[in-house]
Amino acid sequence: MSNKRTKPFSIKYLPGFTPVALVCFVLLYAPIVTMVVYSFNSGQSVALFEDFSVAWYFAAAENELVQEAALRSLIIAAFASGIATVLATMAALGTTRTKNYPGRTLIYLMINQPLMVPEVVTAVALLIFFASIKVATGYSGLAYLILAHAAFCVPFAYLPIRARMEGMDRALEIAAADLYATPWKTFRRVTLPLVAPGIAAGAMLAFVISLDDVIITEFVKSAGQDTLPTYMLGQLRRAVTPEVNAISSALLAVTVILLTAFFLLSGRNSPVGK
Amino acid sequence: MTDTSTTNARQLSDLEVRAEKERVKRNWLLSMPAMILLLLGASGPLLIVLVYSFMTPGDYSGVIWTPTVKAWFQIFFTVDIFDDTVRLADAHLTIFGRSLRLSLLTTLLTLIFGLPTAYFIATRPGRQRTLWLFLITIPFWTNLLIRTFAILEVIRNEGLINNFLRWLGVIDEPIQILYTDTAVLIGMAYVYLPLMVLPLYAAIDRFDFRLVEAGYDLYANRWQVLRRVILPIVKPGIIAGSILVFVPSLGAYVTPRVLGGGKNMMIGNFIELQFGQGRNWPLGSSLSILLLLVVAVALLFYVRAANRGGSDE
Amino acid sequence: MSDEVAVRAEGVSKVFGSPGNELRALDDVTVDIRRNEFFTLLGPSGCGKTTLLRLIAGFETPSAGAIMLDGKDITVDPPFKRPINTVFQSYALFPHLTVGQNVGFGLEMMGRSNSEIDDTVEKMLALVQMEAMRNRLPTQLSGGQQQRVALARALAPQPSVLLLDEPLSALDLKLRKQMQIELKRMQMETGITFIFVTHDQEEALTMSDRIGVMSAGNILQIGSPREIYNSPQNRFVASFIGESNFLEGTASGTGAKRRVALADGHSFEALVADESVSDGKVTVAVRPEFVQVVAADTADALPATVTNIVYFGTDMHCYMSLNSGTEVVARVSADADRGGALETGAKVGITFAPDGPRIVGD
Repeated sequence: MSNKRTKPFSIKYLPGFTPVALVCFVLLYAPIVTMVVYSFNSGQSVALFEDFSVAWYFAAAENELVQEAALRSLIIAAFASGIATVLATMAALGTTRTKNYPGRTLIYLMINQPLMVPEVVTAVALLIFFASIKVATGYSGLAYLILAHAAFCVPFAYLPIRARMEGMDRALEIAAADLYATPWKTFRRVTLPLVAPGIAAGAMLAFVISLDDVIITEFVKSAGQDTLPTYMLGQLRRAVTPEVNAISSALLAVTVILLTAFFLLSGRNSPVGK
Repeated sequence: MTDTSTTNARQLSDLEVRAEKERVKRNWLLSMPAMILLLLGASGPLLIVLVYSFMTPGDYSGVIWTPTVKAWFQIFFTVDIFDDTVRLADAHLTIFGRSLRLSLLTTLLTLIFGLPTAYFIATRPGRQRTLWLFLITIPFWTNLLIRTFAILEVIRNEGLINNFLRWLGVIDEPIQILYTDTAVLIGMAYVYLPLMVLPLYAAIDRFDFRLVEAGYDLYANRWQVLRRVILPIVKPGIIAGSILVFVPSLGAYVTPRVLGGGKNMMIGNFIELQFGQGRNWPLGSSLSILLLLVVAVALLFYVRAANRGGSDE
Repeated sequence: MSDEVAVRAEGVSKVFGSPGNELRALDDVTVDIRRNEFFTLLGPSGCGKTTLLRLIAGFETPSAGAIMLDGKDITVDPPFKRPINTVFQSYALFPHLTVGQNVGFGLEMMGRSNSEIDDTVEKMLALVQMEAMRNRLPTQLSGGQQQRVALARALAPQPSVLLLDEPLSALDLKLRKQMQIELKRMQMETGITFIFVTHDQEEALTMSDRIGVMSAGNILQIGSPREIYNSPQNRFVASFIGESNFLEGTASGTGAKRRVALADGHSFEALVADESVSDGKVTVAVRPEFVQVVAADTADALPATVTNIVYFGTDMHCYMSLNSGTEVVARVSADADRGGALETGAKVGITFAPDGPRIVGD
């Protein structure tokens, strides 16, 4: 008789899958964690951890260029995500829970276009387009960046809103109409409150997407219009400066916070945007 | 009683026609502002790019309005300055080749790592699964630039890997990884891995594990169950993930710029070059349209495969 | 109840789908629903009863015909301009509003004062015995409670017509019986015209003043529950409401009663229920309780053979086969079985109770 105890047979077990998965998570997080750890390093080097310090965070925060870029990032993200969310909500109302109609596929394609076209191509297109407008009007303010950001934020705002609307019982709005609510009142009192979590989630995603953008901003921005990401890219030499490291870690923290909020808002739905 | 009449063709009453028109009008009006925004900020300018690709480059930048197909010719061929012979544009082809090769390798690499990871997440019990899923979404939503910086710090000469190997005494001189194709490959696989895992997870999560039980019941071993039962059914997820990784890899700009340095360009950087130092907007435009076409073909392939696989969207 | 017409559907048709793939849900239906009556649209699923209700509510546009309310054409009015409220099959309670806010929603939309809304909500919740639940959310209620709130919400604006779309279908049997009685009570108390849609014949018979039996987009017969049950005009109504035996024969004679001869020469008397089909080949409907099983040698009896007997406690069903092979079932009381004489294979005779057999349309 053998003393060896065999493990009970598990249906879902596949040899090697669990170790690969765990290695994968380690590989995913090791660089990020290293980055965060070294952002608290007092020294210049990323090779040598000298002492715990938040000096680089202060250095970054006191840098006027960083302040301006951060403020610019926030302004653009706020406007762009706001515009994108309002327009995406309207578009979701016009495209969900209705029989097909002529042109709906075109609307879908247009809305999801930023997800399909390589960003660098859109960036080039906007560069050409805005360059001629800049020449024609002489205006070179933030509006170009806000317009460009709002446009590529639309699908990210649209998807969670649409998902939420499709999950909503159509009978509720019919019931409201039956109870003397005009279409506008039905929207205000029934549709909007029930879709609100989806709208909040969409706005949040749009905000994060705008905040993160590098390529389109890099191409569209006029001189002195750096956002935080383009500023960081511009600072890159052979290595990442400890200051940029600190900014990166701070942005990472913002992402984690927003993402946690998103998870809580949308319940068990994963924010698989694409 | 009469049967459901099908004899006379369907004719909408005036009322129905009016209601239908009203519905279509309302839906279009609601979608219109978003359409206008996207027309101005995304789709419309693409048409200008198409037009520019058939123009003559200006002296400093921009274009001169003389139509020509020279830019399209330039993509693949160069004309010798001295004897006017036409040769293949080797430099361009190298860049296309690198873009294609690195994108395919990135897709393969993310699939090899992503499939077990997605499977692992999908087979966790309830709450644990949400946690693992959350862990994969954090890098997904973290700024791509930040993640590229993080990997840069790991692979550069004074970075984590080289320092560790030196500390072990395996090497004396640092291994040059940064500014090679390998660096770009590592970087892209790293930043795009979550794009592979999430659709794979969605597919495996929907998978009915009773089929695996049936497989084992019919004498399949673990390998056969994986090959003959699991993989064919989660194939739509594999295709979706592959497209989601391949498409942005092909158009990648940030990662090759940061990790590849100036020399190891991919097509995205090459396009940018034409609008910067290259000062050849028509060439940049035609390259953009070319990239767009390749991506469109990949997406079309995806749509067809997805429809055949019966997956939603 | 009065004879005044509250709702009139005039030649209403509704066709769904695209050319070549269309479904005629309603086919030229005309019906008058009287003020203050409890009118039921009864029929199997897909017969068009819910479509008719949705047309009256204004959720759908008719393909042809008109909807009138108190003599006024309301066909083009949107739902929020019709003084008609609906109790939905799924209840459709607003999940983000409390019970009180749900009930007050209609009045609020009409712009009534807060105090009036408050009073009416109180009154309506009392009517459905839900006063204690006023501040709860719909998700915290049981199915039966949600049903009551939905009812109160639809009644609160005091509509001239209340539409009920299978509102009891989600409730269990006991609760359903209780609600049937309460619905009838509320209809009498409020004096509002109720239009009730159901596929449950018992529900229809219990509550209605009048019933319209529907099939394949048509209303086949309108009448009181008693008329519908006792005097079905056609084969569908006879089989859908209660059970019926159908016999094919040839009718002759004149007047209210005709002689119907079966193929084997035996004949019996039958009432004419549908004037249009009283001659020649006819169908005769007989309810099982009007079929009498008698000794084989009884005069004028149709000869039959017992094929099966199913015992139901107080009574039993006796399945018999006529010479022609036609199956006939009789409901006889259990103690009528004279000492076990009724058994499979026994030769018996069949007679019908007076006015039992009825010549019906197809």
